[in-house]
Amino acid sequence: MEASQIIFFILSAIIVVGSIMSVVSRKLLHAATYLLFVLIATAGLYLLLNFHFLAAVQLSVYVGGILVLFVFAIFLTSQVGELMPQSTLSRRIMGSVIVLSGFAFSTYVLMTHKFKTIAQSEISELDMQDLGTALIGTDMYQYLLPFEAISVLLLACIIGGILIARKK
Amino acid sequence: MFDFSVVTTWIDELLRVTLGLNNFWTLFIEFILIGVVLLAVYAIIALILIYVERKICAFFQCRIGPNRVGKWGLIQPIADMIKILLKEIITLKNNDKFLFYLAPFFVIVGSILTFAALPFGLGLHAVDFNVGIVYILAVSSLGIIGILLAGWSSNNKYTLIGAMRSGSQLVSYELSAALSLMTIVVMAGSMQISTIVEEQSDMWFIFKGNIPAIVAFVIYMIAGHAETNRGPFDLPEAESELTAGYHTEYSGISFGLFYVAEYLNLFITSAIAATVFLGGWMPLHIPGLDGFNAVMDYIPSVIWFFGKAAFCVFLQMWVRWTFPRLRIDQLLKFEWKILMPIALVNLLVMAVCVVVF
Repeated sequence: MEASQIIFFILSAIIVVGSIMSVVSRKLLHAATYLLFVLIATAGLYLLLNFHFLAAVQLSVYVGGILVLFVFAIFLTSQVGELMPQSTLSRRIMGSVIVLSGFAFSTYVLMTHKFKTIAQSEISELDMQDLGTALIGTDMYQYLLPFEAISVLLLACIIGGILIARKK
Repeated sequence: MFDFSVVTTWIDELLRVTLGLNNFWTLFIEFILIGVVLLAVYAIIALILIYVERKICAFFQCRIGPNRVGKWGLIQPIADMIKILLKEIITLKNNDKFLFYLAPFFVIVGSILTFAALPFGLGLHAVDFNVGIVYILAVSSLGIIGILLAGWSSNNKYTLIGAMRSGSQLVSYELSAALSLMTIVVMAGSMQISTIVEEQSDMWFIFKGNIPAIVAFVIYMIAGHAETNRGPFDLPEAESELTAGYHTEYSGISFGLFYVAEYLNLFITSAIAATVFLGGWMPLHIPGLDGFNAVMDYIPSVIWFFGKAAFCVFLQMWVRWTFPRLRIDQLLKFEWKILMPIALVNLLVMAVCVVVF
């Protein structure tokens, strides 16, 4: 077994256990903490693929941004420390049916899909310069228009947020 | 100038050729060695900083400071370390045990990950990604989660208020720090830390970059200072209002982890400022004066790095023991209405400078 395989299995074990725990946990902040482990392990997977930029962005956006927001939002709820109430029987049955069908569907797709294999040695670190020019270039396979569209959307969100938060 | 990669290549050769290990075991042993060395340096710097801070604080307040244990009190931090290692960890009754014991580790892990990316000298650089600056900004955000969880899981109003203050402070000042680092990235044309250091071989960025670089340096020092929760920005642990802020309920080594991480964050902020603005381990080279440059090259790179970092640490301690504490609204107003607009404009000015000159 290669070293990268061992690391992959450790990371995926963290992801699987963390995801299940974050759904099953009955305390809100515990759920957020397990989600944090999942997100960090995902960043580890990107590092394993030599994709350092995505790993750093994963950490700064999800761990430094979204999860901090989650924790702040959870602080504002009334019963942070209490156990969440057990859900009713009908909801449990519905939930497990949906989970099982989703699991069956994704397993089917994973098993039947033909994956392209790339040797580990062919994956090299992406140059930041290439990434930057691809992001705001106008040539073929360059993404200026989506980039600008998303920034306009974000600006609209920010202005909307300020309007809602502003005192009359 | 002595290149430390001679030592690291020698260790690598020793493992690969002399001992005949394969790739996996060589890398495994090297990773563990690097980890142990980094942790040891981390702990030693913490001890030195605690001593220096107590002495400098004492001199600013016209006191003598620690002077009983050893000559000039030099052994004092070691005695303190032994004391904190032997202290009992008090278990609280009505708190969230899992998060309570987990939280300090987020803070310390985030700090150590950032520490590993510092260039300590020529050839002494553990983590050198293509996206070095983004990596530093990303991993340092792990600490925020640790502080928030610590404040909440202690089940105490003081710690919760401290954590909320600290969270908002860290999230807002991170922006200015990132923007001022980006100013230098625009100038250097690279995010890789080793390239940024190499680019300063003819002159340090703070001198080469005219006014925008100096403004960025000042902004980074202020924002970095605020991110370490110290000095005039120590609202999260304001003694007179919140006893000790988010780590009020911690004792023994779990408190020690917060304490050490706080001091090391001070060092890391200074070291990043030294690397990005003052040239890291690069000696002072003035173009044209070859004799002067050759003399400067005789000073080892490690001394240059730690000297510059120590200078920035002194600046931060000077500020800490000089200014009174801000109020939380003043703190946030200062960041959002003054510091960040200046940083944004500064970034633009730097971009114009780079394009025009």
